[in-house]
Amino acid sequence: MKLQKATRFGIYALLELARDPSQQLSASDIARRYAISTNHLAKVMRELGRAGLVEAERGVGGGYRFVANAKRVTLWDVVSLFESLYGETAEPGQDTETGQALGMVLGEMGEIAEATLRSITIDTMLRMRPRTRAADAA
Amino acid sequence: MAISKLDQRITGVSKPAYWQEMMRRYDGEAAEHYFLVAEDDGGALLGFVIGEIRAWEFGSPPAGWVFAINVDPETRLGGIGTRLFDEVCARFRTAGVRSVRTMVDRRDHLILSFFRSQGMMAGPSLQLEMEIPS
Repeated sequence: MKLQKATRFGIYALLELARDPSQQLSASDIARRYAISTNHLAKVMRELGRAGLVEAERGVGGGYRFVANAKRVTLWDVVSLFESLYGETAEPGQDTETGQALGMVLGEMGEIAEATLRSITIDTMLRMRPRTRAADAA
Repeated sequence: MAISKLDQRITGVSKPAYWQEMMRRYDGEAAEHYFLVAEDDGGALLGFVIGEIRAWEFGSPPAGWVFAINVDPETRLGGIGTRLFDEVCARFRTAGVRSVRTMVDRRDHLILSFFRSQGMMAGPSLQLEMEIPS
């Protein structure tokens, strides 16, 4: 499964900021850490701001801060800001018997992906990273 | 029974006979069954967890199964569920088991999030079901 760039950048940024909610980081600080486009990330940060997940502080030393509840915000909340897992437009042949059967299979896959994303909070992701590092070191 | 009442508060369904049977089956002496409760200083029920060790189910080596965990909604986010989960995992480990499993309705995001927060990930099995044709 592949996420759109904006979704992936949004998750990167939220995890960086949520790790220490008292810190402020600029879009370019975060972009540098992940070697991604600052311009693209800046647009993503504005979307995260509109969703109430981060707040921008202006001026010298300004930047973004995480202002949501890391135990409540899930990956689904972030993904939903930037993309839909379900087709929103009609697909050719979708009303045929085969098209409907294919729709059932794709719907099942979407529901499982949605359940996974809805069950993983930002806090869980933050605690998953050290576990991943420990597994790499083992 | 406090267990049945707590479950009814959470699920909205009263099933005392089911809980009586669970107490009989899992609160006994069987070494592979675990029915652990958390209480406050006054002995009031705060939560419970039920688990068991199942050997060679679907060809898998013995594994710990957690098939019920409930915490009083008023004490959620207080770490009681985590302590219950940690304790049942410790019992599994003492019994020589190295993995723990559960099965959750994929629409139950609250309990799914809890197990995820404990470090659980999707396992190697996929649950399938169908209505049996009449």
